[in-house]
Amino acid sequence: MSTSQTTTTEHHPALSHQFDSMEQQQDASTFGMWVFLLTELMMFGGLFTAYLIYRLKYYAAFVAGSTSISVGWGFTNTLVLIGSSFTMAMAVWSAQKGMRKAQIWFLIGTMILGSAFLGIKAKEYYDKWDECHIPGHIIGKGFNAWGGCSASNPSLGNIAQEIVERGEKSHTEIPLGAARQTAQQTEIFFSFYFLMTGLHAFHMIIGLGLLTWLLLRAKRGNFGPQYYTPMELGGLYWHFVDIVWIYLFPLLYLISRTRT
Amino acid sequence: MSGQAHPTPKLYAIILTCLVIGTVLTYRAAFWEMGIFNPVVALAIACTKATLVILFFMHVRYSSKLTKLTISAGFFWLLIMITMSLSDYLTRTYLPR
Repeated sequence: MSTSQTTTTEHHPALSHQFDSMEQQQDASTFGMWVFLLTELMMFGGLFTAYLIYRLKYYAAFVAGSTSISVGWGFTNTLVLIGSSFTMAMAVWSAQKGMRKAQIWFLIGTMILGSAFLGIKAKEYYDKWDECHIPGHIIGKGFNAWGGCSASNPSLGNIAQEIVERGEKSHTEIPLGAARQTAQQTEIFFSFYFLMTGLHAFHMIIGLGLLTWLLLRAKRGNFGPQYYTPMELGGLYWHFVDIVWIYLFPLLYLISRTRT
Repeated sequence: MSGQAHPTPKLYAIILTCLVIGTVLTYRAAFWEMGIFNPVVALAIACTKATLVILFFMHVRYSSKLTKLTISAGFFWLLIMITMSLSDYLTRTYLPR
């Protein structure tokens, strides 16, 4: 090392002095990013574990809660996010090839799809607000004994009523008292729904910030075949957020859809 | 890395197609009556999709052994957390009161 330091004066401007080569530097950065992503995995994993335990404990309430959220929007959002992962992978690829214009367009495409995802999520949240399905009584119209807004509009979001009607369809009579108890327990489902999708959406917002920063650097022509580490790591982050959604969609939206 | 070739746009397009097919399949399968196998099928498709994203979009197939080992260890710990927690919660009622 001591001899090479004096002889190799010319190197890539992005190479930090503690690394021997650009390749070693990128390997170290990728490794570090993965260690960070694994801590994220454990954080989301803890939520998934808690979700599974409560889902098994209050299965009827989780079915009722799950069937009240829009599977169509969830499905659309999954496709949007998968599409954004593709454009992100293409942005990283164009950075590797040093194609400046392609990088910019693929990043913009990723940001548009990411924003579309958040827009759809906001619409879904608004619907839940409207149906009085926000757990707790601090924000929203409050979660009442029917799991809906029965005082002002008896049909809107009335989960207890839906449970009784679903029972009638399958020729099983469910007493209103039992249906109301289940409806109240859906508050647990909605707590998980808002916490998990909210944390996911928060990661998406951070991801959009990262994409903006990458877009500015790509515009300046910072990335090429020798150096595209920030792009690669931004891509890793974006794909990780996509993976979390790949699990959130079937777990939150698709519980026992056959009963509806 | 390590001088290995990265995937091409063609491969990315194939992965995208597989992911879209997987998503449509999960959606459709959720409405088929399969009893206990509904969540099993949904999670199996989700795991396949996640594996495709990790291997190709996240370039893990082309990365160093150290990275591969680290990721495997991370997912193994996640499995420990889930299986051990669930094996506790699911078997509590089996104990004599």
